[in-house]
Amino acid sequence: MRTRKIGHYGVGIDIGSTCAKTVMIDPDGKAVWRDLRPTGWSSVETARAISSDLSKGFGEEVEKHYVATGYGRVSVPFADKCITEISCHAKGAVLLFGEKNLNVIDIGGQDTKLIVVTEGVVSEFLMNDKCSAGTGRFLEVMANTLSMTPAQLCTLAGTGKETQISSLCTVFAESEVINLIGRGTAREDIAWAVVDSIVRKVRTQAGKLRLGKGPLCLTGGLCDFPYVREKLQAAFGREVLTSPDARFAGAFGAAQYALELTR
Amino acid sequence: MADYVKMWENLGMDLESHDLLCQVLPTAVGDVFMTQENRPKAMDFWDLVISEVHGIRPAELIEEQKKGRKVFGTFCVFVPDEVIIAADGIVTGLCGGSQFWVPGGEEVLPKNTCPLIKASVGARLGRTCPFFRIADVYVGETTCDGKKKAYEILGQDVPMYIMDVPQMKRPKDLVKWKEEIADFAAKVEEITGNTLSVEKLKDAIRIVNEKRKAMKRVYDARKSEILPISGRDALLMTQISFFDDPERCAKMCNRLADELEQRIRDGVSVVPAGTRRILLTGTPLAVPNWKLHNIIETSGAVVVCEEMCTGTRYFENLVDGSAETLDELYMALSERYMKNNCACFTPNPGRIEDIIRLAKEYKADGVIDCSLKFCGLYDIEKRSVAEALKAEGIPVLSLETDYEDSDAGQLRTRIEAFVEMLNES
Ligand code: SF4
Ligand code: SF4
Repeated sequence: MRTRKIGHYGVGIDIGSTCAKTVMIDPDGKAVWRDLRPTGWSSVETARAISSDLSKGFGEEVEKHYVATGYGRVSVPFADKCITEISCHAKGAVLLFGEKNLNVIDIGGQDTKLIVVTEGVVSEFLMNDKCSAGTGRFLEVMANTLSMTPAQLCTLAGTGKETQISSLCTVFAESEVINLIGRGTAREDIAWAVVDSIVRKVRTQAGKLRLGKGPLCLTGGLCDFPYVREKLQAAFGREVLTSPDARFAGAFGAAQYALELTR
Repeated sequence: MADYVKMWENLGMDLESHDLLCQVLPTAVGDVFMTQENRPKAMDFWDLVISEVHGIRPAELIEEQKKGRKVFGTFCVFVPDEVIIAADGIVTGLCGGSQFWVPGGEEVLPKNTCPLIKASVGARLGRTCPFFRIADVYVGETTCDGKKKAYEILGQDVPMYIMDVPQMKRPKDLVKWKEEIADFAAKVEEITGNTLSVEKLKDAIRIVNEKRKAMKRVYDARKSEILPISGRDALLMTQISFFDDPERCAKMCNRLADELEQRIRDGVSVVPAGTRRILLTGTPLAVPNWKLHNIIETSGAVVVCEEMCTGTRYFENLVDGSAETLDELYMALSERYMKNNCACFTPNPGRIEDIIRLAKEYKADGVIDCSLKFCGLYDIEKRSVAEALKAEGIPVLSLETDYEDSDAGQLRTRIEAFVEMLNES
């Protein structure tokens, strides 16, 4: 067994609407444990399961501090503190991208967040409203209609050609997609239109705040799809950074907060 | 609780449905108000009024009606109470602030109408609010499109008088509003059967000014670093003041202000030092709408001021009652009322100036600008409000909500994140 740093460890648990992400960092801020699982029907159960799995690898010998975030943050009974996903994503992005000034785009399961970070702290943010346009939920519904997984849709979209879904509302857009299918439009073209719709919606929302000078950073579940990143880049006219750990951004931020609790 | 069932029955209310409303209100009051610690003792008056909100004051109004007095129901702070009071009439606010009434409103109004309008119409047509039953006449006004058209619907069920509020603030608009007030005065004389005199109008101006001064004293106490009262309690005071007798209202507000000023001297604050102070601006919060205050004040912050009609706009600026003719007094009223910076005016720079001034006076750490869903006026104005505040270096959070509880979680996340942001900066 490798030697472990003595001291405080920070555990960040990000209970999102679809996935629960957990990261544990050691006293130096290095990630030593990552976990991704479906949130399932009970956030409390999921949180308990995460903690028991974590304890199997890291027992009493490491002193763990917990910060919970995400929409299910209040359902983590053993959390030392709850902090919103806005603050956690911002902090996580600062850690992951090594920039103090940046703009976070997080396309989550139920909502999309835009966060402007200035000198390491949130200076402005926006969350989309009750509507699911421009969120992972929208993508999921459309993928379902096309009998694909969201991942397949995002990959296929890259090979499609320009096609329009004019409505941003999930319900109406779904009928439009069904119409396109009926007309025999190629699947990749419809996939193109779906991704285009999400990107346009995010771009429109961003018009409501003043983006800061730093780079745009894509966090959340869509960070794994180069095509989505490309489209965002084109829509915003600037570089979009992402990283394989970006879907853990909220959990990283929470873990860092947990570590800071000990200071 | 005294037995008001007979009274409600005589008012032609739908008792069964009203029972349901009576069941939810006490829980709401308990959750929002009684969970607070260290409340000012003088809040006992408003606690009592709200606990029997459909009993105590309605019973008083009915007693006065028996003596021949008339009750005027109003929906907007543009309607000059002074004119009604001078003719020995009684004013009562009528805005609906509960989701309970919204479905009733939706039966006759498009879904995309603001909840305040839907609830107000629902409260009347559903016959579940005694105030809406008691009022002899409703006084509407041409502020927003939704209200204008809703008044046409209400007008089929109850006598309705509409005042034409100017949409701009040029000198000729002040004259126009003065003329509207004069016309309204004639109508009030007709309805009450009483003639207005200079003396009576001056007296009414004095009464309402005293009420404004008393409310301002309470609000002034909220400017202190030692915060003697929560936003929730202050809001309740303001909301009830729309329904109460103006002289008793002034007395009770002064009594509360006495206690608050003493608390400041004694260093008694309702929140720990360093709690983030929020100025709330936007659409009015009609009773029993306490949703935002409740979320903000259970998210580590506190509301120190409301720049809205259920807030500073209700009591700021006094009427100059020194003139000696009715015509001049009407002009003095017009001048005071036209200082209200409702979003129905264009352009409306005064509101932004007010928000910035109040944010400084009340030492707010941040501003939350919240409008009711489907209120285009306030929603569109958010952008210029946000830009002006950012230019001043004052953090701002823009929100939209309705009377439902379903968005409480999303609102809480935004508000907590805003408070975290204020704490870190
Ligand atoms: S917000 Fe405008 S319309 Fe509503 S009460 Fe105030 S002044 Fe009247
Ligand atoms: S909130 Fe807006 S839409 Fe609703 S009554 Fe007031 S001004 Fe009209």
